[in-house]
Amino acid sequence: MVPVSHVLALSVILFGLGAAGFIVRRNIITIFMCIELMLNAVNLAFIAFSRYLGDPDGQIFVFFVIVVAAAEAAMGLAIIIAVQRNRQTLSIDDLDSMKL
Amino acid sequence: MGTTFFQRADYVAITPEVVLALFGLGILLIDFLIEEKRDKYLNAVTALIGLAMAFVQLLRFWRGTLLPMPYSGFGGTLVLDSFAIYFQSLIVVATAVVVLISAKYLEIEEAHFGEYYALLLFSAVGMMFMASGRDLIVLFIALELMALCEYVLTGFLRGDRRSNEAAMKFFLLGAFSSGLLLYGMSLLYGLSGSTNLAVIAERLADRPAGDPLSWMAMTTLLAGLFFKVAAVPFHQWTPDAYEGAPTSITAFISVAPKAASFAILLRILMAGLWPMREDWKLLTIGVAVATMTLGNLAAITQTNIKRFFGYSTISHVGYLLLGLIAAADGNPEGLTAIAIYLLVYTFMNLGAFAVIIMMRRQNLIGDEIDDLSGLMTRAPGLAILMLIFLLSLAGIPPTAGFIGKYFIFLSLIQTQHYVLAVVAVLYAVVALYYYFRIVVAMFMKNPLDSVPLATSTGLSVALGVTLTLTLVVGVYPQPFILFAREAVRPFFSF
Repeated sequence: MVPVSHVLALSVILFGLGAAGFIVRRNIITIFMCIELMLNAVNLAFIAFSRYLGDPDGQIFVFFVIVVAAAEAAMGLAIIIAVQRNRQTLSIDDLDSMKL
Repeated sequence: MGTTFFQRADYVAITPEVVLALFGLGILLIDFLIEEKRDKYLNAVTALIGLAMAFVQLLRFWRGTLLPMPYSGFGGTLVLDSFAIYFQSLIVVATAVVVLISAKYLEIEEAHFGEYYALLLFSAVGMMFMASGRDLIVLFIALELMALCEYVLTGFLRGDRRSNEAAMKFFLLGAFSSGLLLYGMSLLYGLSGSTNLAVIAERLADRPAGDPLSWMAMTTLLAGLFFKVAAVPFHQWTPDAYEGAPTSITAFISVAPKAASFAILLRILMAGLWPMREDWKLLTIGVAVATMTLGNLAAITQTNIKRFFGYSTISHVGYLLLGLIAAADGNPEGLTAIAIYLLVYTFMNLGAFAVIIMMRRQNLIGDEIDDLSGLMTRAPGLAILMLIFLLSLAGIPPTAGFIGKYFIFLSLIQTQHYVLAVVAVLYAVVALYYYFRIVVAMFMKNPLDSVPLATSTGLSVALGVTLTLTLVVGVYPQPFILFAREAVRPFFSF
């Protein structure tokens, strides 16, 4: 059996990749995918812990996270479409009508 | 716990939320039946009725006539104690005031749709569960319900570039912070084997001090929560979201979600992570000082009034976090201070926004500080009201803002954090300076235009409510202090 530490290490790597992509990437859709990657890394951690502890709560949590991620995707894509219609661009660098 | 089904009382305990959710759905249906554009205010009336019903139910809970207090329901995942009821009432009243100031504004923006009010109510439902949840799953779902509604409301003016942009930034950073928060939750679950905060506290107490895993869980969890309350270094979304959002929504996200986010922060820190208080106290000290510094200094140079209030909110969050530091030393006054500060902050900020929102009229956007110029000659009553709200925000007696700051400083001094208290007082002086920039514009400058202000009955009522509370809490704070003390008692009885 794969020890829990291996799965957790994978989860940390995926989460780190997602977080790094969130900061580095310039395309809104890609950034959005990076966020999804972070959420899935968390799901993996939950399932690993759940299996390790022999407790179903973690897997139940994962179901809720998946539902929320789906709702978030719906909401996020709607906002992305609104931005695209107003600006004809999906680069985060062009979202600069308000000063920093 | 276990296999027993839910009790009847469990469902009684969530009636306010159920009422609000049903009214939200009802508005979505009724909206189709309203054909005339000028009748759209009926949606606002419906929302107000729902909020009033929820509030009455909350009052009955507070008196303890419906359920024994504190009531723990749904297998311990939800707890209805004085803390939850205090924050839920605050959220309901704040939402009601926002509904009052919205109708006229949305008419002018030509965005008066029923979904607006439905989303406000759904968001309120999420926030209420944030105050009463005691399980990581419930807290997470509640937080996301609030946040998702907020994103949509921020981008509610679909054709407006700034509104889109604000929604986009708010959404991306909000989702990122949810990821951090969730990661902390997963680690916490792995450490304790439970999603219940009470169990988590027990298990964390058994872990050795300085354990790296629990430290990592706490840090990621706190990073996610600090995002939601807009504390430095996780504040970047605040000014943009505030500037781009419809003004009524700026008013909303500056108060109600702040109260709810503080409720969830306090619940997690005081109930779940209490054994690690020395660790999170250190983090909070750093974040609080950074938040006060950045909020206060950045507010000085702002020219856009909504952005200005974004930074002003950040500085208030800094003061609120100071209360948490005193609470970590076991001083209940620290939490009392947070509860009372949030109460007065909600009303003085909503009052100020009720004045600002009147500047949006005909073809004028009216969100620059200069738009308030010469308000004294145009509408002396409004200028005086705004002056009172600004004095309160700056913390000058006899307004409510002074009471909030007073308790924060008192709790810091009682726990011997003299340096922090001095820093906080010094920043209060800076705050006085930038709030008085607006006063100078209102009283000393000449009006830029002669377009009449956009007044309405709802706005007058909202101004009346916020003004009354701002003054009453300032002059006669006794009952409100008792409420706040009662509200935080659940955390200091164990």
